Amino acid sequence: MKTSFDVLVVGAGPAGIAAAVRAAEKGASVGLVDDNPAPGGQIWRRGAPQNSSARQWFSRLEAAKVQRLQGWCVFDAPRSGVLSAERSDCDDEIDCCAELHYDKLILATGARERFLPFPGWTLPNIMGAGGLDALARGGLPIAGKRVLVAGTGPLLLAVAAELAARGAIVVGLCEQAPVRQLARLSLQLFRQPAKLMQAAHFGIACRAFPIFTRCWPVAAHGNGKLESVTVQRKGRQWMIACDYLACGFHLVPNLELPMLAGCRIDNGFVTTDDLQQTSVANVYCAGEPTGIGGVERALLEGQIAGLAAAGREPEARALCRKRTSMQKFVRALESACRLDPQLRTLAHKDTLICRCEDVPLAALREYRSWRAAKLLTRCGMGPCQGRICGAATAFLFGWEQDSVRPPLVPVRMASLIAQNNENGEETR
Amino acid sequence: MPKPDHIELTVNGAALRVDAGTTVAAALLMCAAHARMSITGEPRAPLCGMGICYECRVTINGVPHQKSCQILCESGMDVQTP
Repeated sequence: MKTSFDVLVVGAGPAGIAAAVRAAEKGASVGLVDDNPAPGGQIWRRGAPQNSSARQWFSRLEAAKVQRLQGWCVFDAPRSGVLSAERSDCDDEIDCCAELHYDKLILATGARERFLPFPGWTLPNIMGAGGLDALARGGLPIAGKRVLVAGTGPLLLAVAAELAARGAIVVGLCEQAPVRQLARLSLQLFRQPAKLMQAAHFGIACRAFPIFTRCWPVAAHGNGKLESVTVQRKGRQWMIACDYLACGFHLVPNLELPMLAGCRIDNGFVTTDDLQQTSVANVYCAGEPTGIGGVERALLEGQIAGLAAAGREPEARALCRKRTSMQKFVRALESACRLDPQLRTLAHKDTLICRCEDVPLAALREYRSWRAAKLLTRCGMGPCQGRICGAATAFLFGWEQDSVRPPLVPVRMASLIAQNNENGEETR
Repeated sequence: MPKPDHIELTVNGAALRVDAGTTVAAALLMCAAHARMSITGEPRAPLCGMGICYECRVTINGVPHQKSCQILCESGMDVQTP
């Protein structure tokens, strides 16, 4: 396997695919590493009906000379020009770890859902909105199942529409934002025809189920798995029976690798120049880690980064102009998904905030920082390394994640040993 | 050779037949209520569905802590949950 590249791209969602394709088409040797079984990221996940844009990019990826490391997870950036990665589905431990070398690195690590803890949220069959969608696309039979969709953001409508199309009985969609907060987003949609078409498509599909605004789950009930959810709207509460709760409060960027690589983060996102270059020389970033803006923006930023990394600056600059209107959409989306402060009261004292280490709210209240809470309660110290509870504690307490350390994800001892051996050889 | 349409695997010893391309996490939810037990003994099942949360980890072919949402079912696979 080739492990040395002119351009190495991390993340095979739309931004990463666009970056890899544009760089490879210009003659660069390109590696594309991604931890899922198939390329596409979350939005173009296999099993979903693909639009023409997705089909086009997939066929360009097939045609381009891109070395694909699918099912590989990056866990360290030991020094400039090198990433360490581990295969996720490997029995033979010797081949599980690889050092990937690059001249230029493009980080297209995407985003994850924000979860807010409420009583009962750890019950089986409560997932993220994108999470249940991913499972349904991954083969989970959803036809005839009662699904409640809740949280905030345009993803909810998309997920509800897709699950309904698969035969799920969507018993309701609870959006925490008030109508007037969402209205500003619709104005932005009119300025982006592609998004308007999507919205119209979802709008038709969504007449099939009730939509409640300023509404959110306050408790989930069930014996061993979810049976019903109590939701609240303007002080009134009622119970909805369901098989699944698909609940996500918009998206947060995956910043662990950019932070480990030393990229400057501002206001929760990676800062880049016009050509998607980060504060670190030869390291670019594209897509959701620079601002939650959806697939069109991710494709554009990926292309700019890919062209710039392949040394085609004028062509990259020619695309920059289109990005301006998309930046407006990023801001509109952020404001539409602004969380209601009342959501801070969802968790009760015994509600678990950290699911890996089972740390309840009451154990966290006395601490003033993420670091103190980690050291003294183990909150954020489990396998997910705070990827789930970090966003919750940021909202609940205003805590900021101040550092990341390798390994970024749990890896085998064999991979750490292999990595150290390789590092040793390099420095001798 | 064409890929088979269906895959047979076992979950906690019970045979299960799924469509090709099904993730282990999806297979798990078809027949079991949970993937793992939390450190205080709560049953847990997939949350994020995309390899972030580690709630879906199971033992696959004897290898523990595998993220079932990012692994596809394979013929003869042995999946174990507590």
